Amino acid sequence: MDHLDQLEAQSIYIFREAFARLKKIALLWSLGKDSNVMIWLARKAFFGRLPFPALHVDTGKKFPEMYRFRDHYGKEWDLDLRVEPCPPIDAVDPTLPPAARSAARKTEGLKMALSKYGFDGLIAGIRRDEEATRAKERVFSPRGLEGNWDVRDQPPEFWDHFNASPPQGAHLRIHPILHWTEADIWAYTKRENIPIIPLYLAKDGKRYRSLGDQDITNPVASTASTIDEILIELEQTKVPERAGRALDHETEDAFERLRVAGYL
Amino acid sequence: MNMIVTPASPATPNGTTRPQVRIVIVGHVDHGKSTLVGRLLHETGSLPDGKLEMLKAVSARRGMPFEWSFLLDALQTERDQGITIDTTQIRFRTNSRDIVLIDAPGHAEFLRNMITGASQADGAVLIIDALEGVRDQTRRHGYLLHLLGVKQVAIVVNKMDRVDFSAARFKEISDEISAHLQGLGVKPTAVIPISARDGDGVAERTERIGWYNGPTVVEALDRLEPARPLEALALRLPVQAIYKFDDRRIVAGRIESGSLTAGDEIVIMPAGKIAKIKTVESWPVTPVAGRQGAGRSVGITLDRELFVERGDIIAHASAAPRETRRLRARIFWLHDKPLAKGDQLLVRCGPKESRATVVAIEKAVDPGELSSVENKAIGRNHVGEIDISLSNPIATDPYTENPRTGRLVIEVSGRIAGGGLVLSVDAGQRAVPVDIVPVESALRLDERSARYQHNGAVVWLTGLPASGKSTLAKALERRLFTNGGSPILLDGDTLRAGLNSDLGFSAADRSENIRRLAEVATHLARNGHVAIVAAVSPAREDRATARRIADTAFREIHVATPAEICEERDPKGHYKKARAGALASFTGIGNDYEAPQAAELVIDTSSRTVAEAADEIEQMLKTTGVLFDEVVDLAANI
Repeated sequence: MDHLDQLEAQSIYIFREAFARLKKIALLWSLGKDSNVMIWLARKAFFGRLPFPALHVDTGKKFPEMYRFRDHYGKEWDLDLRVEPCPPIDAVDPTLPPAARSAARKTEGLKMALSKYGFDGLIAGIRRDEEATRAKERVFSPRGLEGNWDVRDQPPEFWDHFNASPPQGAHLRIHPILHWTEADIWAYTKRENIPIIPLYLAKDGKRYRSLGDQDITNPVASTASTIDEILIELEQTKVPERAGRALDHETEDAFERLRVAGYL
Repeated sequence: MNMIVTPASPATPNGTTRPQVRIVIVGHVDHGKSTLVGRLLHETGSLPDGKLEMLKAVSARRGMPFEWSFLLDALQTERDQGITIDTTQIRFRTNSRDIVLIDAPGHAEFLRNMITGASQADGAVLIIDALEGVRDQTRRHGYLLHLLGVKQVAIVVNKMDRVDFSAARFKEISDEISAHLQGLGVKPTAVIPISARDGDGVAERTERIGWYNGPTVVEALDRLEPARPLEALALRLPVQAIYKFDDRRIVAGRIESGSLTAGDEIVIMPAGKIAKIKTVESWPVTPVAGRQGAGRSVGITLDRELFVERGDIIAHASAAPRETRRLRARIFWLHDKPLAKGDQLLVRCGPKESRATVVAIEKAVDPGELSSVENKAIGRNHVGEIDISLSNPIATDPYTENPRTGRLVIEVSGRIAGGGLVLSVDAGQRAVPVDIVPVESALRLDERSARYQHNGAVVWLTGLPASGKSTLAKALERRLFTNGGSPILLDGDTLRAGLNSDLGFSAADRSENIRRLAEVATHLARNGHVAIVAAVSPAREDRATARRIADTAFREIHVATPAEICEERDPKGHYKKARAGALASFTGIGNDYEAPQAAELVIDTSSRTVAEAADEIEQMLKTTGVLFDEVVDLAANI
């Protein structure tokens, strides 16, 4: 078993635990490289099909390429796709800095979808290496009744035994690719030939390393126009993955505040 | 703030594969764990651009000198309090290794987070403040590394600058901690003097520690080995789920040890059912050929329809795990309320869960204390050894035989409250929860026997399949009932459809099947009924168990019809199937039936009628004091 095989086996284990132990789950499909890998892993876990809905919480501000990707592969992969809109910006905490406030719409959209469907588990494609507060996450991460994350009282989690009993009305976030890195994602995407949105590949000296809302996501300088070139670029770069995501950088704790409130 | 520094994936485009090793840094609070991590990243050139400047700014804003630990203590709350609350992970490279560093909090309050972090590690660095020396949390973390099965431990004596780089002080601490760890069976791979703040001993042997000849921290990390999948051990495939998305019935799980391939003969524990692996299923390509080894998440189909459920363990028949209802475990406890004798819990062994009762607390100590004071209950953050009685049988191994399946976690109110190692399993021991108080009947035995005209008894009919046991049992039942008695028929096959539906035909399951039959029959006999058991019960040992349970009420009848005649009768078609190889574990063909040596009665049904045979049984029951001589007794009562 090589490194990617080990990552894959662990993720499949997590998917199967989530499906076995929770009553009603959904996979959060952000259309990005990480959640596409997640769908692929879920199809491996369940022998070709996703036995639960794929939920796209839509800010309405994604790139056109992302919407095309969603509509095409939602059909091709035979997903039970649920697109849920986000509330207008006025409904969101006005004390947040502008980009974070814009991103927080997604948290609100997520809460609305949760109460609409009554999911007790949401599968999310976050990774420890992306960002420091995500590094502290559990694989099965309990959320409060308001969808909030209590980082001070995370339950113990060891030996692949997960806390899977959310209190009535609360839900769990399940993180099947928490242990993957950005380079792992690309190496696996290449090995398995998983489709990607072309915005990740360099055009005119720029590419997106991370895809969010159009107005708060910027491309980074790059000449990597194939996955192989991306992997070489990642070997050498010291620029962080979410450098192009404005919401991470407005204030020292903007992202942590978002996450405590229930952001991914 | 971003933690990725250099990609740690060995799957680089040039195809190099570097071993990835996961290291946890543990130790007492404020002994400098996070500072060491910051220094390691700096020394290995792993910090992203601008990070050093950002840390300077963050430190200055708080009016503090440059603080390495802010690198990992990314959470606002942690910066304000200056302690690490939760475990985090960060990656960097040494010459020959990709390192995943797991930073774990040292504060006693957050031991659960230390365990969460350390349980994922291949090796550990235990850090000790040179000035403060070994503290309670140092010892506690040392003990937990042992319980978590982390065997490679490097000791780092930090803040050597504060003891003037004294070789004598270093040796003092080194001796103390080495002795402590060796008492737990852990041998340190290195003991290294460092100053994480200034850099001595981290990547370089500086002049100030010129007296030290051992490895630096980076060199020590370079020598750690990644954990290897346990392919050399016996196959253990705990079942996570059974999927029926299409016409396939796929048994899914992760191979914890050993390996499997299509065609393997397997046993499903704890039920002991035997089957063959038909295919190994996969996606997008299926089925897959070749052996699948430990660590793989797989899906298999079997060659026959069997009841398999989540929590079962699939093993090779020659090396199956033990089935038990009782085990001893060495555990750590994280719940606020101490664990005491009689407590009800939920125990998880892999995907298997069972309700359980703590039958005994054998040891309860605070691993942080020097002298181990014995307690009656296991307090929060303490360790101990307990005996657990399980309400469902589980299949498991002692951890010395299989470190993956030989461990368990304990849940209280849906939250993990502790965990530990299976020290031993007590096969055959019956669960006796401490709070069971049997309720006695309102009726006296003589009231019942006066009505039924017989005493309670267990009439046990043993013999080959189709020897006539059930026919005789029914004839006896009718006869006793006609005479006003209270016979109750317990047929082996009938009970297998309900009470014993969880049992298969392994030797262990057959024993359990017989034990349950004997228990039910004995209960009836004690209440004045005549329990008529018709069961092949081929093993002499199992029938001896039944006799032990029923004691003086036991009457064994060997239905000794010759084997050829039994096979000729074959009313259920079993012999025919077995001859065709379609019925595994069938008693009757071969020599697996052990005839009784001292039965109360032996009957050959090929040489007499059913009525004649029933007469003989009735006579035996009279002479052995079960049936009353009704005429005489009735007359006496008139």
